[in-house]
Order: sequence, then structure tokens, then C-alpha cells
Amino acid sequence: MMGQRLVSSLLSRCLYASHRILNPLTRQERKLGLATRISQRFSTLTAIEDPVTPPVEVKYTKLLINGQFVDAASGKTFPTLDPRTGEVIAHVAEGDSVDIDCAVKAARKAFDEGPWPKMTAYERSRILFKFADLIDEHNDELAALESWDNGKPFEQSAKEEVPLLSRTIRYYAGWADKIHGLIVPGDGAHHVQVLREPIGVAGQIIPWNFPLVMFAWKVGPALACGNTVVLKPAEQTPLTALYAAALLHEAGLPDGVLNVVSGFGPTAGSALAGHMEVDKIAFTGSTGAGKIIQELAAKSNLKSVTLELGGKSPFIVMDDANVDQAVELAHSALFHNQGQCCCAGSRTFVHERVYDEFVEKAKARALKRVVGDPFKQGVEQGPQIDEEQFSKILEYITSGIDSGATLVAGGGRAGNKGFYIQPTVFSDVKDEMTIAQEEIFGPVQTILKFKNLNEVIQRANASPYGLAAGVFTNNLNNANTLMRALRVGTVWINCYNLLDAAIPFGGYKMSGIGREKGMDSLNSYLQVKAVITPLENHAWL
Amino acid sequence: MAENGNGSVKEGFEMPEIKYTKLFINGEFVDAASGKEFETRDPRTGDVIANIAEADKVDVDLAVKAAREAFDHGPWPRMSGYERGRILHKYADLIEQHIEELAALDGIDAGKLFAFGKAVDIPGAIRMLRYYASAADKIHGETLKLNGAYQGYTLKEPIGVVGVIIPWNFPSMMFFLKVSPALAAGCTVVVKPAEQTPLSALFYAKLAKEAGIPDGALNVVNGFGPTAGAALTSHMDVDNISFTGSPEIGSVIMQSAATSNLKTVSLELGGKSPMIIFDDANLDMAVGLASAAVFFNKGEICVAGSRVYVQEGIYDEFVKKVIEVAKGWVVGDPFDPKVNMGPQVDKVQYERVLKYIEYGKRDGATLLTGGKPCGEKGYYIEPTIFADVKEDMKIAQDEIFGPVMSLIKFKTIEEAIERANCTKYGLAAGILTNDINIANRVSRSVRAGTVWINCYFVFDADAPFGGFKMSGFGRDQGMNAIEKYLQVKSVITPIYNSPWL
Repeated sequence: MMGQRLVSSLLSRCLYASHRILNPLTRQERKLGLATRISQRFSTLTAIEDPVTPPVEVKYTKLLINGQFVDAASGKTFPTLDPRTGEVIAHVAEGDSVDIDCAVKAARKAFDEGPWPKMTAYERSRILFKFADLIDEHNDELAALESWDNGKPFEQSAKEEVPLLSRTIRYYAGWADKIHGLIVPGDGAHHVQVLREPIGVAGQIIPWNFPLVMFAWKVGPALACGNTVVLKPAEQTPLTALYAAALLHEAGLPDGVLNVVSGFGPTAGSALAGHMEVDKIAFTGSTGAGKIIQELAAKSNLKSVTLELGGKSPFIVMDDANVDQAVELAHSALFHNQGQCCCAGSRTFVHERVYDEFVEKAKARALKRVVGDPFKQGVEQGPQIDEEQFSKILEYITSGIDSGATLVAGGGRAGNKGFYIQPTVFSDVKDEMTIAQEEIFGPVQTILKFKNLNEVIQRANASPYGLAAGVFTNNLNNANTLMRALRVGTVWINCYNLLDAAIPFGGYKMSGIGREKGMDSLNSYLQVKAVITPLENHAWL
Repeated sequence: MAENGNGSVKEGFEMPEIKYTKLFINGEFVDAASGKEFETRDPRTGDVIANIAEADKVDVDLAVKAAREAFDHGPWPRMSGYERGRILHKYADLIEQHIEELAALDGIDAGKLFAFGKAVDIPGAIRMLRYYASAADKIHGETLKLNGAYQGYTLKEPIGVVGVIIPWNFPSMMFFLKVSPALAAGCTVVVKPAEQTPLSALFYAKLAKEAGIPDGALNVVNGFGPTAGAALTSHMDVDNISFTGSPEIGSVIMQSAATSNLKTVSLELGGKSPMIIFDDANLDMAVGLASAAVFFNKGEICVAGSRVYVQEGIYDEFVKKVIEVAKGWVVGDPFDPKVNMGPQVDKVQYERVLKYIEYGKRDGATLLTGGKPCGEKGYYIEPTIFADVKEDMKIAQDEIFGPVMSLIKFKTIEEAIERANCTKYGLAAGILTNDINIANRVSRSVRAGTVWINCYFVFDADAPFGGFKMSGFGRDQGMNAIEKYLQVKSVITPIYNSPWL
């Protein structure tokens, strides 16, 4: 209640303060051609000054092991920072291999001795449904914490991502009592049952770009299947996972079923991925770290691995496209979440016949993008997550300029505090340029020109990644051809970033292994056991 | 009979208030167009509980029209499965808040055990509803492998307006057995509850509206089979009929569907389910399960294990023990927590059961225990066991729907299988053995839709339920049940320059 009141008072204050941002132009101003100047002034300066105090208090900063919040064994903590300012939000217990051992031990016990995997699926689902209801009740607190720790617009957290968390949890809660194995025909007189059993202790390592959504994608299916979990959130964003885990315990989750160990990859992360008592590891993050995880799994106990890694996803605009719509969709495909999406549409391929118009309009749209304090209403883009990412993105921008791409919009930091970057657009980008090949993970759109369908298929597929693709056309045959030809895990046709709970998501090639969400994700958290017994005097086979 | 076994009405029980007695059409409670009403009675006393609006063809037409409109133009099939699921979950939560009241309604209307209703029936109905609430977003079509350069896929579309006709033995469970998957699929529904037990269905209609199910998506028309039921099954605008009841009526319904618009039909009908007990079975467990299988719910259950086959090695011992158990069953007021068995649902059923007991005696079966009415008022009958029953006797062939066990001795597995299958029904079967080979062999050999091994009556929302042979076709429960309420549409379009086929 408190949180909700704070949020609504905050929003009303914002509404007053940022009226110009929400409605930057009157019709008269537009006529006068002030659009670009005014919106830029408001978007990149006014909104960044004077950070809003987030309407939430940090309640959980320790490790959650066996149902208890505890300090790290070493007593160490690390600061989690506000990306708007670089200032410390809170000091969080820093787990390392000792704490991972404790957490795995708790998860092991909770799995081996129960009650979690021994409950009926219906009972498990009731707890998960209750959890989803609690998430809804604490929507704005979770959203505020998420935006504070991550820098993403509060409205995006509150209206899209926290609801997606509860929605995904409900989706998997509903699966719990519908996990079916098959009875398969034997070649001879045998009765064959296929049991789908929980895999055991799942280690899960999630990234900082969508902390709660990633929590849902990992924890939802793992728990629905009856596994126990040790989760390591990203060191940049440990706060919401702890909060959500506390709500899950409030919903009735038994101790030890979900353990949350905050910490760093090389210490806590490696300990988890290399642990002999962990049966499965699921990771979302960079392709580089994914390789290390798989290697650790291989060197330890051959635990099964799912990886959801980077991408350099093409967004293909065909010549029949409505350019205004294509520009808007391509813009959000790339800039959403400050460009920090693994599936960002980061190679915008535009047919030559509409290319010039597209570039012009993409530029205008980028310039109009409202950058500012994520807690202010109407803000579309907050700061990047941290200094490291911030600097890396600026280096990529320099590389783009150096390699001869045309800088159409942006190109530098926004404001003079925190990790804000101007919405940046490059045109005349060539396939071999670094900005067209590597994942920038920032608000940098790269526009490439193409002539025909076969060419764009070839170029779009010429990437070590294969996470997603956008196709923009009303031509059914082109849509169908592209849909099959693109070597990617998700194809969005005339839409983008649709990440419904039931839609499987994951990558071809170096974008990863396995799928998350949908029914497919259940497979990652289940073992398959075939049970065979002879039949005597069978009535049929 | 044990103490209290006099079939008397327990004093001091507070009658639930009867709030809803009209038809529920298009989101409103309305009188029948004709203004007619019928009486629903308390089977403990035969007294009238309430007068209920009696629908006939005119009212069914109105209900179908509302359902049609809600399907063709309303929000229900057009919202996402998740949204439908959220509303159905809310519906389940609302029912949960009224468990006691609903169990009482089924208690007075159907003579069902109040404690059992509270602990099993209503929670079971809720569980069923939740199961399908979360199935609503798990209805998948498939992409296909076509023999050529084509992209093909299937869409699973809601079938349309579903007519539901349910019996009186499990008013709440039956309601949700049919209504939940139909609503989850995106269909709209017209329900005709049994004329004996209209009360809880009307309460559920009211809660549906409160939960946010749009007007017209769920309609309840009380009435009788030959009028309201026939109007529904022969209706040209109803796309599917789902029926649970007797085989005779099932046949009428199927004909009615055939002569009208060829609507799809699913029937869950009677049974004469065998309980097969082998020499190696745990005797006490066998006695307990066999008696529960036929006396539970006064034998008014389609899956009643009414033919008990016992292998010769344990037969005598079994007989001794099962008589003791039957004598220990407490018959009486269903609102008394000590009572095991309430009254038969109405006078017709009561007289029918007594008539079958007479047939048993006439045909030469040996009456081991029971066989008589008990109490001076109401429709109470003693738990009854016949031995030396032959398959050609009427009590071994027909569904009695009362607390009457037919005991049969057998020698070999082959014999047990053959005799168990010697019935026109095929609803369920029980097997009691610890021998894995016997269990596997018999479970494949028995022609029945459900086989319980070393258990009985284990119903589960996830376990499909329905019959072989004249026990019907189609399945309730499980993901199979949703399929009944879905059409499959194949969509095919050429694909050019595909890198794979």
C-alpha cells in the first residue's frame, strides 16, 4: 500500500514536471519546425538532472539459502549501483564458492528429501499461483526496485515486465499438472512407459538486462517440474531476485527449494556451473561466458546445459513496407531497454527502394526519443547499466565512425552524469564493419542497404549468431520464404519483441542451446526415463 | 445396521437458503417463458425444497440464441487463453469461498454426504476448473510436414455453442467436468442440469457472472429431458452436445444430433464395472475397496464396481469379511458426519433398486446381506450383497445404480478376463493383485476406459475418463476433454525457395 501511494504521488509529480516531455510539441510548434530542437533539449538534458527518489525501500540484501537470509560466509559485500548516477543503492552480500556449496547442499536436501518434488503437481501449482498473485500485489515495488537497479523506464517495469513475471509464473504453474510422458509402442510384447521426472538441482545464472523476466523464465519451469534451484542473479542487479524470492517463500515455497546467491561470475557463477551436485545449469548472458559455462559443465559432472546468449539479429524491411510503420518498429526493435536486449534488431536491412526515406525517418525518430530519468513519466530510454557497458558502447560508436559508416543521429553520451547515451543511428553500414558484426548491447542502430530477397537472406544469415529476426512486409510469399530461410530461433513478422510465455525462445548457432518459455522449456528441466516390462498374453500390441 | 442406521433425518441441521430458482439466460435470472415451475425435493424426506423455473423449447431457444451471440460476436472466444484462464481461476476462487453452502445444496438436493461434499466433491470441482483454467493457454495447433513446397499448420478453434446435459449423482463435479474445458476452449455453453438437482448449477451460474464470464457465455436451463433436453440436442445452432447419463438417453441424444445438424456428440453413459480380485491380493484392502466401489454414493455412480470377481482361493474368506463390512456401513442422514450412505436420490430410483433386488432373488442369486429398505421415511436402502451371481442374470447385466453388489467366483485369469468383458458396458474396471504380469495383462485385456489397479475411484482432472462399448464415447477430464470442444482447421499455403521442406 505504502509503495503504491508513493508511486502514484511520484507519478503525479512527474506528470507536472515533465508535461513538456510527454507532449513535447503543440501543433503550432510543429508547424514552426521546432520538433527536433525542443525534443532533444528536453529529452537529453532536463530529464536527466535531479534524479527522482525511487519510491521503494531496499529490504533484502543478503543471500537466501535454505529459506533464510544470511550473510556471505566471508562476510564480504559488494555495492550495487544506481545507473542514473553511479551511486551506491545498497551493499549486497557477496556469495562465493563456500556460499554456493551451502546453497547447493540446501537445494540437494530439498530435492532428495522433499517435500517439493514429492508434493502433487497441483499443490506445487497452488504455491506458484499464489506467488503470481503476490507479485501482482507488489507490482509497483518490484518495478521501482527493478528500474532503480537497472535504469530501465519505470513504466516499462511496472506495465510490461512485472506483469510478464506473474504471467510467466502462472503459465508454468498451469503446466505442473500437465507434464505428460508417453506410452510408446514396443516392437515386441513389452509395455513401455516414459516418465518425465524432475532433473534435480538446477543452477541458474541470469543477466542484468531483464532481471525479473529472466527470473520468471528460469525459475518458473524449473519449479513447476519439481526441481530445486540455486539462482545467481547478475551482480549489477541483485535486488529484485531477492525480493521475488522472498514473495515466493511467503506463498509457501518450502525452504531450500529456491536459493539465491548474489555474486560474481568468476567466483559464485563458476562454482555453480562447475558443481558436482548440480544436475543442470541454465545461463543467459554473453556468448563468451556461455562458452565458459559449458566448459565447466563438461569438466565437472557433465550436467546438462541450456544457454541463451548473444545475438546480432537482422530486421529486414522489404520494399513493399509502409515506411513509417517500419521505422517505428525497427526503432523499438533496437532501442527498447536502452538497446540492452539479446534479441535487439541490431542490423536493420532496408530495401534500396525505400532506403533513403527510411534513413531520414529513422533519424527523426531517434532524435525524438525521450532519454531521461527512468522514474519520470514519458521517458523512453534510461541510462545504460554500468560504466563498463557505457564505455564499450561509446567505443563501438567510435569504431563505426572510424570504419566509415555515416553517423546520422546521436553519437555521444547524454547529460553529464550517470550512464546515459544518445540514441545513435548509423547509415551506410557494411557487413564487414565491427558495428555490423558484434553485439553492441546499446542504443546504436546500424542501417544496411540491400537489393533483393536472396541477397538479404544470405547477408542476414552471415553471422555467428542466430537468435531472432524481424521481417517487415505484407507480401505473403516473401514473408513465408524469409520465415524459413532465416537461421534464427524467433522470426517476428510485422511485429517485434513479442515474448509471450507460451512462445519458445532461444538461439541457433552461437546464440545458444535449448529453448526457454513455452512447453519446450519444460524439457530442459525434466529427465526422461523409459520403463519397460514384458507383457504376457497381451490382448493387443 | 449400526447405530443411527435408521435412515432418519438428523435434527438441528440448518437448511441452506435457496437463493436461485430461475433460469439463467444471457447473464440474467429469468422465469420460464411459460411461467411453469417444477418441484425439487429433499430425498431424505421427500419434501419439496423449492419450486424451480421449468424451461421448455422456447427457453432453450433463448439460451442458445444468447450463447450463439456470445460466441459469434462476444468477447469470450476473442480474448486470449490467458485472459479466459484468469477469469476461470477467479471463478474457482469464488466457488472456494462458498464450499460449505454448495455442499449443503448438493446435500439437500441429491442426498449426498455433506462432509464428503465439503471435503471431496466441491474441492474436486474447483480442482477441475483450475486445471482447465490453466489449460486455456496451452491449446496448441501444429505446423505440418507436407508433401510438397507448402507451409501447413493446424489451428485449434473453439467449436462454438456447446450443449451440456448432466445427471444428478454428482451435480457439482459433472457441471465442471463439462463446463470447464468448454469454456477454456473458448466455447459458449448452455447447461441443462438434472431436474432432480438444479440448485448448485444455478449457484454456479451466479458465481460465473461475478467472476466476469461474459453474459451469454454460460447459460443454465432447468427442465426435463423430453422437453428442454430434446430442444437442446436437436437445436440447429448448437455445435456440440456433451451428455452424461443413461445409455438409453444417450442413444436418443445421438439420434437427435443425427437428425438435426450432425452436431458432434460425446456420451458418458452407464457401466457395470468389474472389480477383479486375485488370490494374491491383500484381502483386507480388497474387501475395503470392493465394498466402497459399490456402496460409495449409495451406488449412484456410473463407475460403481458392481460386479465383484473373486478368485476361488480367497473367495470364502472374502465373503465372510465383506458381509461384516457391509453390515458396518452406516445408513442415514447425509448431514450426519458418522453416516456412510445417504438415501437414494428419489422415489423412482429407490423403487428401481428394490425391484432389482427382487430380480436377484428371483433369478437364483444368494442374498448374503441387506436387501431391504431402511427407515420409515425417505429413500434409504441397506447395503446389499448377492453371491452365486451368473453373467446372464439381470442384476449382472444391468446398471442398478444402487448399493447392490454381485459376487462371482472365478478360477483362472483367462476366465476372469472373459467374464469381466461379458457386458455391453466398458466404463471402468478394478484389478487387485500384486503380480505385475497379471496386472499388465488384465489391464490391457479389459475393454474399459479406466482401469484402477489396487485402488478405485481415483479420479483426477488430468486422467481422461470415458467409456468403451455402450458406456459411451469421447473423454472427459485431461487434455483429451478439451479436444471435444475444438475444431481442427488445416491451413496450407505455397512456399517458395524454402531451404528445407
